[in-house]
Amino acid sequence: MNPPGTTSTGISVHVRDLKKSLGGELVLRGLNLQVAAGERFVIMGPSGSGKSVFLRQVIGLETPDSGEIRLNGEILQDANRGRFRLAMVFQSGGLLNSLTVAENVGLYLIEHRLKSLAEIDQIVREKLEAVALDPEIGERLPAELSGGMRKRVAIARALVIEPQLILYDEPTSELDPLVARTIGREIVELNERNRATTLVVTHDRDLAFGIAHRIAFLHEGQFLEVGTPAELRATKHPLIREFMNAEFSPPIDTVESA
Amino acid sequence: MFRDLGSILLLFVATVRALSRVWRERRKVLEQFFEIGNASLFMACTLSFFIGGVLALQTGPLLVEQGLGSTLGSIVGMSMIKELAPVMMGILLAGRIGSAMAAELGSMRVYQEIDALKTLNIDPVSYLVLPRVVAITLALPCLVIFSNLVGCFGGALVSNYNREIAVSFGAFFENLRQAVETKHILNGLLKSVIFALTVGVVSCQQGLATLGGPRAIGRTVTKAVVNSLVFILLLDYVLTRLLLPFDR
Repeated sequence: MNPPGTTSTGISVHVRDLKKSLGGELVLRGLNLQVAAGERFVIMGPSGSGKSVFLRQVIGLETPDSGEIRLNGEILQDANRGRFRLAMVFQSGGLLNSLTVAENVGLYLIEHRLKSLAEIDQIVREKLEAVALDPEIGERLPAELSGGMRKRVAIARALVIEPQLILYDEPTSELDPLVARTIGREIVELNERNRATTLVVTHDRDLAFGIAHRIAFLHEGQFLEVGTPAELRATKHPLIREFMNAEFSPPIDTVESA
Repeated sequence: MFRDLGSILLLFVATVRALSRVWRERRKVLEQFFEIGNASLFMACTLSFFIGGVLALQTGPLLVEQGLGSTLGSIVGMSMIKELAPVMMGILLAGRIGSAMAAELGSMRVYQEIDALKTLNIDPVSYLVLPRVVAITLALPCLVIFSNLVGCFGGALVSNYNREIAVSFGAFFENLRQAVETKHILNGLLKSVIFALTVGVVSCQQGLATLGGPRAIGRTVTKAVVNSLVFILLLDYVLTRLLLPFDR
């Protein structure tokens, strides 16, 4: 991975015929996708549709069975992965519970010895402020933070890399709607400020429509539709409509009591 | 268990390759070393005291009956130094430290901490496995030295105060001094180093291989301890056999 220090600029992502099996079952069934540099692209779909598995192929945590992923036109391989600044915010945050918040945020710089400790301290404070967190929480342990704060710390840690491509795996899961909205707003603000290509997977319809330039709907390892939020809203595809309407339906007992 | 053997060997090789980073990771090694010492020293000493005592109690009356009471020191000492201390301390560390390592790494795996390290281009072997394996490899021989001393003391105490044995401290330790040579102590320490590597690598491998939710962590811990114990006992036989010519 290149050392940070230059202003982030997004990179394009081009996925061609990507397939991945897990436990003998085909989870990704030949995905094709093009994301422009700097774009906020959301992959939406029900649980178990393969969204997180797709992100794991892009970041390199798993190797696809076939197909290719190109970043800025270059096929992504282990050999050239280090040339791109890629970051991922995990569903659980993925913060190291034995380290303080500041150590978590500065971990990349500390371990790769890219800056002096004083510079790292300054960068950590800046990144915590960038995600609307008080730098004073740096001394606390992740277990002492709320779910929303942990997600923000995870975003701050990703920002330290000054990523060209940042992946968010269910960034609003387990958060109440107000905190989820704040996280969504921060994703947009960071994208507009840093111009890093942003790839978000979520089943949160409000988040998807609130932040995306474009949305892809993933179902059983295949994209059913890709388009702008307006195009997705107008879709006639029955599965997508069912997914979107299901989220708006009132609970069954409320209907019955009415 | 033997299905994991390939992964265990690969992790061992990766750990050896990462050894050049051990100085960089010295703070973590020391932390782990003191944690192991804190968690195990008292128990190691207690265990060793009673093992030495029981050994004297079981063999002492028989030896005295045969007129061989003066050899008690060498029997207790040699048993402790060559066999019981390394094996018992290995088993103790597998239960206390290996299980904790497997649980910690397993939980890190389940909660995506290890994935997060990889995305930050940080090698989990250098960052997590190396300090633990090096620390346990340094700690176990130290515990074995304590175990030798306390075990022999326990044996001497029982020999001296048990009326059926009544071998004095002086006679016990004189016989011990005559029988035990440096090579016997080194033999035990070499075993302990190999047992420590086994416990460290097996426990870390099980932790890193954890798949599934929190329930999987429990399974990981059980597997780590059981695998470590089986490998310790297997290796003990092999090592004893291999070291036999050097013992004479």
